[in-house]
Amino acid sequence: MKPYRISAMFLRHIYLYKHSLTRLVEIFYWPLLDLLVWGFVSLYITKLSAEGKSTPNFLGIFLGALILWDILFRSQQGISVSFLEEVWARNFLNLFVSPLTIGEYLASLMMVAVFKVVVVFLISSLLAWILYSFNLFIIGMYLLPFMICLVILGWAIGILTTGLILRFGQQAEVLAWGVAFLFQPISAVFYPVSVLPRFLQKVALAIPASYVFEGMRSIIFGRTFPVGHLVKAFGLDLVYLSLALFFFFRMFRQVRAKGLLAKMGE
Amino acid sequence: MVAAVTPLLEVKNLSKSFNSFQAVKSVSFDLYPGEILGMLGPNGAGKTTIIHMLLGLTSPTSGEIRIFGLDPSRPRQREKILRRMNFSSTYVAMPYSLTLRESLMVFARLYGVRKARSRIDLLVEQFELKEVVDRPVRTLSSGQMTRLNLAKAFINEPEILLLDEPTASLDPDIADRTRTYLLEMKRTKKMAILYTSHNMQEMEEISDRLLFLHHGEIIARGTPDDLVARFRGEDLEDVFLKVAREVRP
Repeated sequence: MKPYRISAMFLRHIYLYKHSLTRLVEIFYWPLLDLLVWGFVSLYITKLSAEGKSTPNFLGIFLGALILWDILFRSQQGISVSFLEEVWARNFLNLFVSPLTIGEYLASLMMVAVFKVVVVFLISSLLAWILYSFNLFIIGMYLLPFMICLVILGWAIGILTTGLILRFGQQAEVLAWGVAFLFQPISAVFYPVSVLPRFLQKVALAIPASYVFEGMRSIIFGRTFPVGHLVKAFGLDLVYLSLALFFFFRMFRQVRAKGLLAKMGE
Repeated sequence: MVAAVTPLLEVKNLSKSFNSFQAVKSVSFDLYPGEILGMLGPNGAGKTTIIHMLLGLTSPTSGEIRIFGLDPSRPRQREKILRRMNFSSTYVAMPYSLTLRESLMVFARLYGVRKARSRIDLLVEQFELKEVVDRPVRTLSSGQMTRLNLAKAFINEPEILLLDEPTASLDPDIADRTRTYLLEMKRTKKMAILYTSHNMQEMEEISDRLLFLHHGEIIARGTPDDLVARFRGEDLEDVFLKVAREVRP
């Protein structure tokens, strides 16, 4: 064991953080998100006990929320990680010098996202049934439109992330794993929107996923089907998807002008 | 003789700047059917930037490109152009987890190749990849990867082929056979090939005409013999050294 060799490798990683803002931010990002999500979950439980209300169906709420959250996450990953795979394989140039149009490429990534979502949903629902006797399929048909909303939001976040990776290169790669989670605390995945502080409640109103998870809880609690939530979620999804596509095509034009598209592929 | 034929590729006053750096300065040239046009020049001369502009990967700052009489800056025309064109570079690879056959099948579909299976079999045979065709790409040597890239480049029987240092990682035997194949394609299919390489002997052997680029400009053009004579060199390698060391004809 030579201390100078250990310090050389330590220095190598410190240099990396010095040159990459995204890596530096990542150090604080995950602990902060965990703190927010689990802090709000604790607040929700404390609030229920303080109000002396009967314990809701926590198993249904948490497992349902987890499975639905994974739909959003897999949908986003289906876009951004599939894109990164071409970059890692140095196959990117081969694709973009073929007759493949950028629209066709995005459509294929969306198909990959749907495929991943279906596989993950079936497996996790089956496991939830076997391990915890939680049968999501009973309410599955009611949840289906909300699941589609999450898939569309996942596409939008995935396309946005891909645009950022295109523009800022592989140093922005961490975004592919982390951006979706930015929406988790304010989407009220594991707790109602009312648990959030007032200013975050206003932010939540602009996030399609918050309507989806509120809708899911309504369905699990056996209330009437929340049509209003569904309409708002779909409406916001369309806005998000349009903005993400606009951003992506703008980035694509910029990277062509700067010659970065070619650099990314080599 | 060649000049009477309509060029497949026409480049007029093509320039590219990256902020204040001018990578390509008002370059003009044509490429004719059945011709191999070599682009020579030291690193950073602008060869790869020109190829990237021809492929639509980098947008030109000014100038005009016409390929098959079409404008590659227009998306619909670009799509038409790329169906009839292909590209290979030592610096790109293929998806690591797919087998060679699967990789080629993906590209056969992207280019809308009919009878893809028999086309793939033919190319695998041609580039001596038969033994590894069902192996994952990640297990290939760099020479095999280069040959796979070349097989991909021929998948759609292109009329124009852009090759960026295609033989850089091939052993002399395979490199020689690749050159023979390119010359055969040029002769039998009237394929037009734009070629870059740092192997001067190869450029001398394969090119009908040469463009000498330096600091983004074409500083000389002609047949390999013309250039050797004009620079008063012993061979193309000697000419290259003179150009790289800023000796003008």
